[in-house]
Amino acid sequence: MKARVTVTLKSGVLDPQGKAIANALASLGISGVDDVRQGKFIEVSLDETDPARARETVERMCRELLANPIIENYRYELEGA
Amino acid sequence: MRASVVVFPGSNCDRDAAVGLHAVTGHAPDMVWHGDSDMPHSDLIVLPGGFSYGDYLRSGAMAAHSPIMRAVVEQAKRGVTVLGICNGFQVLTETGLLPGVLMRNASLKFICRDVHLRREASTIAFAEAQPELDGVLTMPIAHKDGNYFADDETLDRLEGDGRVVFRYCDENGAVTPDANPNGSQRGIAGICNETGRVIGMMPHPERAIAPILGGSDGLSLLKHLVATLH
Repeated sequence: MKARVTVTLKSGVLDPQGKAIANALASLGISGVDDVRQGKFIEVSLDETDPARARETVERMCRELLANPIIENYRYELEGA
Repeated sequence: MRASVVVFPGSNCDRDAAVGLHAVTGHAPDMVWHGDSDMPHSDLIVLPGGFSYGDYLRSGAMAAHSPIMRAVVEQAKRGVTVLGICNGFQVLTETGLLPGVLMRNASLKFICRDVHLRREASTIAFAEAQPELDGVLTMPIAHKDGNYFADDETLDRLEGDGRVVFRYCDENGAVTPDANPNGSQRGIAGICNETGRVIGMMPHPERAIAPILGGSDGLSLLKHLVATLH
């Protein structure tokens, strides 16, 4: 099965890259953008077939490596579970 | 007095650090490869600047989980002095030996230039500093991810416990927003752990070890660090 992990900056953490993207959108003439926050998307293929155990594994990889809990939140969904 | 320099794939200040350490200890340091799992006997371990593992995922994130870092963390917990410079500082925060994180510079630009910094009077690191470390120090920064971030509670605790080691300042020693090159919270350029023996800093002392390099304040800093270990 596959885990699709999304890592985002916590609210309140300054995101200069998001700001730069917002400015670029404005310079393209795309209006109505209030705010942009940039994150990461990570797809992990697992040989695990049990959803509960897969969740346990993905939780651990998120906590220990994929996200830095000081500044980032994570969420994920399992595909093929 | 033995020093070691850890070499990760992508380190690029390891040789500079070795030259600086050789000058202040009288011995060539041991260069230790990231894939090794044993640390040679060391009184001082330096994690050098560079782009370990290409800065994949987050700066320092991959290096923090390399085999040698398990040994470094173990040595640090035993009280061995560890100095992380630039990418080395990023690695120390990723291992959890130091709090906070080095985020993308507020300007989004890679900045490579001399900065001024000031040792905090209250710091527990370099506590018996000689007068030559008391004034304004000048050395280069060279980073894109040097914007120190921690929550207010952590920052208050670091300040209260004398764990802010260096702040960016102007040439007169004033800590001002204009003197802050990268947006770091409270102008922080370097911090240490509870014992003052694990130190992380973004500026590069090893790139300021001779007048021909633009100055030797970095050599003074390394000299003093080594003197406190004898």
